[in-house]
Amino acid sequence: MEKKPSAARNNDVILSVRNLKKHFPINAGFIIQRQVGAVRAVDGVSFDVIRGETLGLVGESGCGKSTTGRTILQLYKPTAGEVIFEGQDISHLSPAAMRQMRKQMQIIFQDPFASLNPRMTVGSIISEPLQIHGLYPDKKERQGYIEELMRKVGLNPYFINRYPHEFSGGQRQRIGIARALALKPKFIVCDEPISALDVSIQAQVVNLLEDLQSELGLTYLFIAHDLSMVRHICDRVAVMYLGKIVELGPTDEVYDNPLHPYTQALLSAVPVPDPASEEKRRRIIISGDLPSPANPPRGCNFSTRCPVAFDLCRQEPDPELIEVTPGHFAACHRVTPV
Amino acid sequence: MRFYTQEGIVYAVNDVSYTLKEGETLGIVGESGSGKSVHALAMMGLIPQPPGKVESGEVIFEGRDLLKLSNEQMRLVRGKEIAMIFQDPMTSLNPVLTIGTQLTESLKLHLGMNQSQANKRATELLDLVGIPDAGKRLKDYPHQFSGGMRQRVMIAIGLSCNPKLLIADEPTTALDVTIQAQILELVKQLKREFNMAMIWITHDLGVVAELADTIQVMYAGRVVERGPTKVVFQDPRNAYTLGLMRSLPDHTGKQRNRLTQIEGAPPDMRIPPKGDAFAVRNRYATERCFEEQPPLLPVRDGHPDHYAAAWYDLRAELAKERAAAEAEGVK
Repeated sequence: MEKKPSAARNNDVILSVRNLKKHFPINAGFIIQRQVGAVRAVDGVSFDVIRGETLGLVGESGCGKSTTGRTILQLYKPTAGEVIFEGQDISHLSPAAMRQMRKQMQIIFQDPFASLNPRMTVGSIISEPLQIHGLYPDKKERQGYIEELMRKVGLNPYFINRYPHEFSGGQRQRIGIARALALKPKFIVCDEPISALDVSIQAQVVNLLEDLQSELGLTYLFIAHDLSMVRHICDRVAVMYLGKIVELGPTDEVYDNPLHPYTQALLSAVPVPDPASEEKRRRIIISGDLPSPANPPRGCNFSTRCPVAFDLCRQEPDPELIEVTPGHFAACHRVTPV
Repeated sequence: MRFYTQEGIVYAVNDVSYTLKEGETLGIVGESGSGKSVHALAMMGLIPQPPGKVESGEVIFEGRDLLKLSNEQMRLVRGKEIAMIFQDPMTSLNPVLTIGTQLTESLKLHLGMNQSQANKRATELLDLVGIPDAGKRLKDYPHQFSGGMRQRVMIAIGLSCNPKLLIADEPTTALDVTIQAQILELVKQLKREFNMAMIWITHDLGVVAELADTIQVMYAGRVVERGPTKVVFQDPRNAYTLGLMRSLPDHTGKQRNRLTQIEGAPPDMRIPPKGDAFAVRNRYATERCFEEQPPLLPVRDGHPDHYAAAWYDLRAELAKERAAAEAEGVK
């Protein structure tokens, strides 16, 4: 399948995230709880998602990529910032208004074992969103629609009365996808939808997501840590580190010409399934572990592990995300606009 | 290797045979349920019996059959001669013992060191695997370490008695790529230093390409292909190996075609299918594949160490496909 160059060029923004923050409080005290600090899981993230594209969000565990996805959907109340979906700020909606909004934005979770209620049949799992929103009140019509959804995601409608434990991981992920599609959403957050699956099953689910996107005109925010799969599926990619976006740009541009030292290290760390090119590859090893988001380093967030950090990086506040070449952003003191 | 469960007998590992030379690294790939971890646990006598049972076979390590050793004799082998690193660094360290206690345990048991000698060696080991401030950190508990550091502690424990063979069961799967890169570099360096043989079990073909001299692909409890890593990557002879390689996205990013998926799901090993277990998912399957189990044989016109289990001739099939595609292109 060819990439959709049109998606990157037009400016039909479906979702706009502005300076989004999500801090989880750390409380101390035995009887009287008081807040002693905060885990800055998401700390000022801004980006646009263009209608019909797939935006990848990558980073190591603990960088805040899943929290970003969930905060966009208001599954977590944002600490600060705006989430503008189709021109409307949804971060201050009433619960009832938000419920209506959710018809248009859905999520597919990482773990197909934990995200399906084991005591509900496949049919009732997929029809639950329909019931909540009072769609397809006619039982027969609803049954027909559920069967159509199951066929669409490659499940045999014959299994409508079975329970999740009777399915394999890949099939369960298909159930989760059918549930997300039930309300005909425009925007879907895919939160590591393939990480828990075997290699031979991953390709099936990725192909399904791509087919559904071109058939239904969906927009995806694709959260993942598998960088090779992100390159395959995403039009643009954002790299997160410690609650902030450090680089954002068209996928090929970011992979072929990474600007931020963290992106460079991250990309060089991916093992390549080809022994011939593996021998030639030069790897940038970054030492140490991710700093705690409760106590981020002084200066640039990445300065503690950065192979090219200099004095400025440790003294100045965290660098802003700047547009280096058209559409390609990076946040690094070493990078200046061309 | 079979498991006797309430729901029937699970035929987890069937007729797996291979040899490993000193200093060689064998990469074993396969999906969950392919028997890659179970066969390693069985070799080490770590499968609880019942429900598990090794029905037949032998594991010869330096001339001795490990499966015939008593528990006491086996205990002297485990950790000293053969060490094992497990997948999950979060659960395979004891949370109520300090890292120092867990590291010095095998040093005292196997090498007869006293506490101060063992502490000194433990500090060296932690240093070796790149944990800063090693001396002080011996007194810390596992929860005070991050995931990557815990995995490094596991590696330090594995290496503590200079084993001749290290079995690593998905040791980097739970880790981020940057931490994985650190661990792989460390392991490569240690392998060179100690000339240790290694069995590296993973589902990541990239890791195998980087680390292994020999690759062995397992499916439904059997070895379906084995050979020098480069040879197998260039010239796979089993359809499952080919399927695994094709289902990965192109790593250069040049081609963005639809991924080639392997249809269907792995078989239920309570009812092992007749014939080749992969036949139902394999479009190159011949009638014979559904009837008879193909043996693991040297491949035709290939590298002498390259073995595959297949009734069909994958190379000929692929050549036919290429010719057909070219003919299509000419039209």
